[in-house]
Amino acid sequence: MHDRVAIVGIGCTGYRSISPGQSYKEMIYEAAVRAYADAGVDPRSDVDSFVTVAEDFHEGTSIFDEYTPDQIGGALKSVHTITGDGLHGLATAYMMIRTGQFEVVAVEGHSKSSNIKTLSEITAYAQDPVLNRPLKLNTHFIAGLEMNRYLFETAATREQCAAVVVKNRFNALSNPFAPYGADLSLEDILSGPMLSWPLGTHEAAEHADGAIVMVLASGDKAEALTDRPIWILGAGWNNDSPSLENRDWAHAIYAEEAGRMAYRQAGINNPLEAIDIAEVDDTYAYKELQALEALGFCAEGEAGSLTIEGFTTPGSGLPVNVSGGSLGMGNLLDANGLARALEIVLQLRGEAGSRQVEDVNIGLAQSWRGVPTNSGAVLILSN
Amino acid sequence: MGMRKVAVVGAGMTKFVRRALETPKELSWEATHMALQSCEMTMDDIDGVCFGTAPDAFDGIHLNGEYASDGAGAWRKPFMRSYVGGGTGVFVPIQGWYHVASGLFDVVLVVAEEKMSSYYPHAQAAFLTIFDHTTERPLKPNLLWIFAMEMNRYMTTYDLSKADIAQVSVLHKRNAADHPCALLGDANITLDDVLNSETLAWPVQRYDVSPVSDGAVALVLAAEHVAKRITDKPVWIEGVGWQLDTSYWTNRDLAYPRYVEYAARMAYDMAGITEPRKQINIAEPYDPFDYKALHHLEGLQLADRGKACELYSDGTASRTGNMPVCPSGGLLGVGNPIAAAGLMKIAELFWQLRGEAGARQVPGSPRRGLAQAWGDLMQVGTVVIMGR
Repeated sequence: MHDRVAIVGIGCTGYRSISPGQSYKEMIYEAAVRAYADAGVDPRSDVDSFVTVAEDFHEGTSIFDEYTPDQIGGALKSVHTITGDGLHGLATAYMMIRTGQFEVVAVEGHSKSSNIKTLSEITAYAQDPVLNRPLKLNTHFIAGLEMNRYLFETAATREQCAAVVVKNRFNALSNPFAPYGADLSLEDILSGPMLSWPLGTHEAAEHADGAIVMVLASGDKAEALTDRPIWILGAGWNNDSPSLENRDWAHAIYAEEAGRMAYRQAGINNPLEAIDIAEVDDTYAYKELQALEALGFCAEGEAGSLTIEGFTTPGSGLPVNVSGGSLGMGNLLDANGLARALEIVLQLRGEAGSRQVEDVNIGLAQSWRGVPTNSGAVLILSN
Repeated sequence: MGMRKVAVVGAGMTKFVRRALETPKELSWEATHMALQSCEMTMDDIDGVCFGTAPDAFDGIHLNGEYASDGAGAWRKPFMRSYVGGGTGVFVPIQGWYHVASGLFDVVLVVAEEKMSSYYPHAQAAFLTIFDHTTERPLKPNLLWIFAMEMNRYMTTYDLSKADIAQVSVLHKRNAADHPCALLGDANITLDDVLNSETLAWPVQRYDVSPVSDGAVALVLAAEHVAKRITDKPVWIEGVGWQLDTSYWTNRDLAYPRYVEYAARMAYDMAGITEPRKQINIAEPYDPFDYKALHHLEGLQLADRGKACELYSDGTASRTGNMPVCPSGGLLGVGNPIAAAGLMKIAELFWQLRGEAGARQVPGSPRRGLAQAWGDLMQVGTVVIMGR
């Protein structure tokens, strides 16, 4: 067994709202070339196995794993696909290396959402075909219901959710990868059009295209490859009830359970004390507040007031989504978790440029698989 | 530190049928429940769930793994769905293996489910969307004719006759007559029945092909210290391997599955197997078409190229032969609910190696078995080696 596993290479195309000049294969190739150069590995001879994350309906192709090997250098090598988020992919590579059978594993995730003509119809196809689909529930409508329940049970407010948007989109201005940076006021968000009450249009992340590849290695191999390995301290993932009828609508139990699993591995008892920076799911603004509470950074109902107070801005108590999050970088579908983890790696390496946070040693990335799922993952990294 | 050993300790499966009335979740739970009962465990003992099912298009459900998760028992548990097309059934136990071998999990459920009948009138239409949207889909290819092409290539390269290949179908369907979950078992089928069946896409005839089916299979995997507490007959996962070839299948040598060879070599290396023909006692190669079993036996290095049919004609492949092939009845006999069909092979090895295969039991207390699946665009090989 290899107890220690590190991220030794990262590659990213950057994110944009549309990408007519590049196919998904070209995007993945670009990210892969960067990641292998960063890690100093040749995919054909040095990478033992490859993990990709994708969902058929996002790609418009059945059995999409057919189309994954060539552009990552994995043809006629050991490659498999996880129909999960990028963090599920990283957790998979982490497990594979820990077995002792693999030294170097690459993970790929991408979004080509601009290719999807009917994205809202596609996401609605994730609902139960018998019980829910006949009701013609729009994805954002379900998110609005969930937000309403969260506000009702925790006494959080629409202003507090809007503060998440203001913070994250402002943060995105310092991230050259992020297409949705903006300097907005609370009033701008609150006066915007309603998407599904109480969820406002500005509180839902726009989609974006992009590809991310990471290279992971066992402890000894990582130290041979790089002098700045980013260690995986813990990985956790969890599925709560997929059913809309019997779930807890106010709390992100999946995030709580995934966090618990990752904290146990990392030996973390007090997350707020141990963790210096966090990148959490904010595909809807209220999800960031829900996640911070579920991950034990604050008590239930406190995340909103902490956000208004500025506790989660860069340089404050717990910088959250310094990258700009999904609100600033765009919703990258199955690659969301990889974008989260990428920011943590950049920050822990001290390569985050003008948005670099001082003195960061341990970071957390968290993701959610989107409406109507109740599933997500957590990764804890250190330098 | 050495590798953590991982054992299969329980298994369950539903009947394989053409049109199940159960939903995919119900099929999953039926198999899961049986697997748990077989080793006297409950969901409370399960640390995580690994799930396999083939394309979302069959069920018409986006994020199909998320939807099916609670049916496979994954309520408030770590859950992941892995995916390598038709190879998925033999990949999910590999996924379960790395969950446990990583040290993060002690006991995991491995569940594979497929419901093809929801796609009406026939699941074949779903397969149109597996092809390249620009270069292939406009030609409206279907699986029968691309595999007819491959079968033809295989026959031509090695100068094989239809009768050479039809023996496979006869043996597997006869074996399946002893399987209580089988859809197409037939103790009396003859070579002539196969050779005279309706031609679908020459040289593929109806009895050369496995049936479209619904069904589910589940296993319980445990780390060594737990396995030894649960059972005195653990079956160990000794080797795993998988390989995915390029997407450009039209450039591939269709006569020989190199990706299966590489996957097998990966598994043999891990299991310390140097002479597979002597060291593998039971083989469950993937047999959605009869020629595929031969193709795969050659890729697995269990037969010379073009010579796998001799294992059938000289009796080696029979249940009482030196290396029984598909004693379960395989996909041709038991049925082919894609992901579940692959995992059925692993369940068969589990029962065979424990001496619990009933009327299908291979004599002589077999020590080690191999299961393999194949999928995507004639592209992926997945291999698991299990031993007592």
